[in-house]
Amino acid sequence: MSILVWTWLLVGASFALYIGVAIWARAKSTADFYAAEQSVHPVLNGMATGADWMSAASFISMAGLISFMGRDGSMYLMGWTGGYVLLAMLLAPYLRKYGKFTVPQFIGDRYYSNSARVIALVCAIFVSFTYVAGQMRGVGVVFSRFLQVDVNTGVIIGMALVFFYATMGGMKGITYTQVAQYCVLICAYMVPAIFISIMLTNNPVPFLGMGSSISAGGAEILGDASVQGRYLLDVLNGLEKDLGFAAYTAGKRPMIDVFFIVFALMVGTAGLPHVIIRFFTVPKIRDARSSAGWALFFIAILYTTAPAVAAFARTNFILTINNTAYADAPSWFANWEKTGLVGWADKNGDGIMQYAKDAEVNEIKIDRDIMVLANPEIAKLPNWVVALVGAGGLAAALSTAAGLLLVISAAISHDLMKGVIMPGMSEKAELLWARGGAAVAVCIAGLFGIYPPGFVAQVVAFAFGLAAASFFPAIIMGVFSKKTNKEGALTGMIVGIVFTAAYIIYFKFVNPAMNTAEHWWFGISPEGIGTLGMLLNFACMFVISKLTPEPPQEIQDLVESLRFPGKNVPPPTAH
Amino acid sequence: MEQNEKMKAYWKENLTYITILLSIWFGVSYLCGILIADQLDAIRVGGMGLGFWFANVGSELIFVVLIIVYVQLMNKLDRKYDVHEG
Repeated sequence: MSILVWTWLLVGASFALYIGVAIWARAKSTADFYAAEQSVHPVLNGMATGADWMSAASFISMAGLISFMGRDGSMYLMGWTGGYVLLAMLLAPYLRKYGKFTVPQFIGDRYYSNSARVIALVCAIFVSFTYVAGQMRGVGVVFSRFLQVDVNTGVIIGMALVFFYATMGGMKGITYTQVAQYCVLICAYMVPAIFISIMLTNNPVPFLGMGSSISAGGAEILGDASVQGRYLLDVLNGLEKDLGFAAYTAGKRPMIDVFFIVFALMVGTAGLPHVIIRFFTVPKIRDARSSAGWALFFIAILYTTAPAVAAFARTNFILTINNTAYADAPSWFANWEKTGLVGWADKNGDGIMQYAKDAEVNEIKIDRDIMVLANPEIAKLPNWVVALVGAGGLAAALSTAAGLLLVISAAISHDLMKGVIMPGMSEKAELLWARGGAAVAVCIAGLFGIYPPGFVAQVVAFAFGLAAASFFPAIIMGVFSKKTNKEGALTGMIVGIVFTAAYIIYFKFVNPAMNTAEHWWFGISPEGIGTLGMLLNFACMFVISKLTPEPPQEIQDLVESLRFPGKNVPPPTAH
Repeated sequence: MEQNEKMKAYWKENLTYITILLSIWFGVSYLCGILIADQLDAIRVGGMGLGFWFANVGSELIFVVLIIVYVQLMNKLDRKYDVHEG
């Protein structure tokens, strides 16, 4: 069977599976819709969190990004995993004990202030829309590359599917479809990676293969007998140097910038509402802790494989393409040339493809996404594996989109309508608002996918920076400091958000020409500035809370109660 | 022990665990993976420098272990102070 038939088959089967799961897991109450009745097994919640977290960017783009960045690319690996340690220890168990449904609701209750709740809900909606725009585009791109349909048609098919299971099932439907999507995406990622690792190094574990030496078979595939028996990364370092690049395993970015970016990504991860709300769905507080562990375990499977995929792909790419006559190019090169992801312009007219750092000499155009997408073909795997990668990319994009849409829908129905505008609303009416909110959000997300605003790539820094500078400090102080009050939290959040947003807007939109290391404050790029915003937020909260009256006694009691798991912990006066 | 003091002791032990585990969290990623990665690269583990290993693989694996350890410690602590859920 051809790749196209296999892809339609696998994508169709996976979509049918998601729809079936959604029908089985319909939401009947608001508790169902927002938190799946708090009845999700911690291991399943871990899988769902993994799918929720790993987006189209993690699946399709991350390995390619790393293969061009070398060791600096590890900032994404550390930054997008380390946040789960913070979640497990500093946030998830306490928020689960709180037992309600949304992040803005927690912030509003803890800081006894509707203004705080409104600030939080505006942030939540902004962060989630920023993020979801990229996902819908990702769906369209996968459709067009693998199924040869128009990008817009792909976006509409994806919208229809998410619309169906998000409005019907709410959190419950989303959770169980995400479990299914995790299984699809992890198989799709691991199968080609394991095969390539065996082919090049005889080691079936990709992250061990990356540190191994190249086997005889590997040298044959790479078309260079001299590399046999040498460590893969040493070979790669040598190749990079020959082409005029820095060594693959050396750090190139300024250390302070890497440090701040990793911190902003970690803290941002721990502050992203669509990640936090996943921990509201487990039955017990101890489940919230273990579920964060399972989530990171499932995520780490992909995240420890990605750097190996990056190194394998880069080595293979340089050795099989550079200085090869175009007529002898491997078949995957010609196949992907049609999509425009790779290209060759014979500048010196010798019929041989040259790859180099120097733009004058370099003849190869290469899109970083190719490193994952072409993997199965590079490894000469059967057609169904190629098709599986398509289904995996769709699973990654759809699962993340659904989680984000739920945050938007809950922010509208639960926080804005029920919480602020119409507190007397019945549960039935709220559920209607929630479904309506999800429906409207899907349509807006779809429009972003069809008419991608040029700034999408620019504002990803926003999502993490804002989550880091707003939610994270407010939640941490809300649990770990009884004395932090409304005034402190409001000032802190506003200062954190305004500072971070102003810095990013200035360098990304107002004056992009200035966006270079010598103009940045302390050498911190807009991607890492959320860390500084977070520190400012903490400082404001601390100082202002000292200067203003402490929170009412019942709030301090609420904080006290968050710290102990048991339901029946007697009040301090008992015994 | 009086209930109030018991609760305080529970919380204090929890904070101690968090402090120790987050120090390791900081050490493996920010210290070994970024700040002293270049120096650590002089030590080789198979075909990889140690700093490169920490940044690309080691941190992620150790993060998982840290959460597992915390979960076990807290489950024990919940029982010790009798605040575990039924």
